[in-house]
Amino acid sequence: MTNPSFDFTNSFRDAALVKKVIEEIRRTVTRPWVLMEICGGQTHSIVRHGLDQLLPPEIELVHGPGCPVCVTPLEQIDRALAIASRPEVIFTSYGDMLRVPGSGRDLFSVKASGGDVRVVYSPLDALKIARENPQKQVVFFAIGFETTAPPNCMAVRQAQALGLDNFSVLVSHVRVPPAIRAILGSPANRVQGFLLAGHVCSVMGYWEYPPLAQQYRVPMVVTGFEPLDLVNGILETVKRLEAGIVEVANGYSRLVTFEGNSSAQKMISDTFMECDRAWRGIGVIPQSGWCLRPEYDLFNAEKRFDVAAIAPRESPLCVAGQIMQGLKKPHDCPAFGRECAPEHPLGATMVSSEGACAAYYKYGR
Amino acid sequence: MCLGVPGKIINIFEKDGLPMAKVDFGGGVTRETCLAYIPEARVGDYTIIHVGFALNLLSEAEALETLALLQEIADLGEELGPELGSGDL
Ligand code: SF4
Repeated sequence: MTNPSFDFTNSFRDAALVKKVIEEIRRTVTRPWVLMEICGGQTHSIVRHGLDQLLPPEIELVHGPGCPVCVTPLEQIDRALAIASRPEVIFTSYGDMLRVPGSGRDLFSVKASGGDVRVVYSPLDALKIARENPQKQVVFFAIGFETTAPPNCMAVRQAQALGLDNFSVLVSHVRVPPAIRAILGSPANRVQGFLLAGHVCSVMGYWEYPPLAQQYRVPMVVTGFEPLDLVNGILETVKRLEAGIVEVANGYSRLVTFEGNSSAQKMISDTFMECDRAWRGIGVIPQSGWCLRPEYDLFNAEKRFDVAAIAPRESPLCVAGQIMQGLKKPHDCPAFGRECAPEHPLGATMVSSEGACAAYYKYGR
Repeated sequence: MCLGVPGKIINIFEKDGLPMAKVDFGGGVTRETCLAYIPEARVGDYTIIHVGFALNLLSEAEALETLALLQEIADLGEELGPELGSGDL
């Protein structure tokens, strides 16, 4: 039974309790540890609530690649720009993507010069636009991690069910576990414990992580997004590090189970297949992406439009790739707050509401 | 995209063959949400939505248990307090 008076948000923002849990972290920690929160949403919550400044100095948080906008590879952005510039196309995208720099311009500038670029909140909105504009080709920029995959798959399946032949998706999906493997497997790796992305795990469960934790001897804790969730995730990770226990624990049990949402997982595996994917600034990570199965070629924008020959050009100043692997912090970038700021970004991490550079800029780190 | 806040399902309906719901986030904010991945959802349940889809229900029992455990840690810490801690917050 649901008690209407229980407040799921504010119960996990109790400042007094957050302070006490931080005290407990202080009591537990005996030496320096580097933890990575994978998800950009968590990065923003940590910086916004100032948790990074309240933690004992032994705990260093580095910020992971879990910002979908930030890791969408430049060549996919350039493909999006090429498709969106076509006169017969209505290009639909999550709003965050509009200011992300491609090789020289962004979707916003395509829109300003007459392209029909529309911000949608859900892929179902893009589908609606396709039904209302049968004379146009409607393309949806299907980006994101495991949380946006079930919605994006559903849009394709609905388009098929409704017989819409003017709808296609430009897919640039990424998955968390291969990224963690790439970070931990790098000789430069500094990360000793992971806060796993709670919402990704709410879909996928956390059955994919124990083999990774064991292979690299790194504890991991499924962590939510509120201040209390974050300090709890940090405490549970530090406890395991101090005791030398390697395991994957669940600190977000109100939403996450070990198995996750099996019908969503089935929809993903029926619609997408694993593929190699380039991560912006980081490079190709094997089997780290999802793309459409060949059965859905009809809805694949890369097949529908000829956008194969793309030669992307990244800003030479941007070190976002190193930031997202935990090797640098945003203010280590010489362009931070100078050549690069939210109004004139050089890299995607300065644009997105989940990007580490944007968080540091906004909250004055 | 992942900064979901909890909302309460206030009614359930069907649209284009998909189960849908209206979800209330408080402060007068409501959103239409697809329930295809959580067909077990009922009016009054809490969920977190991502790009127009509810992907899980929130468990109040689990939330209360997490809070109780944290409170216990905090209380214990207060008892043990200064001697064990570095104590200079
Ligand atoms: S501050 Fe700008 S240029 Fe530097 S790493 Fe961040 S996004 Fe890239």
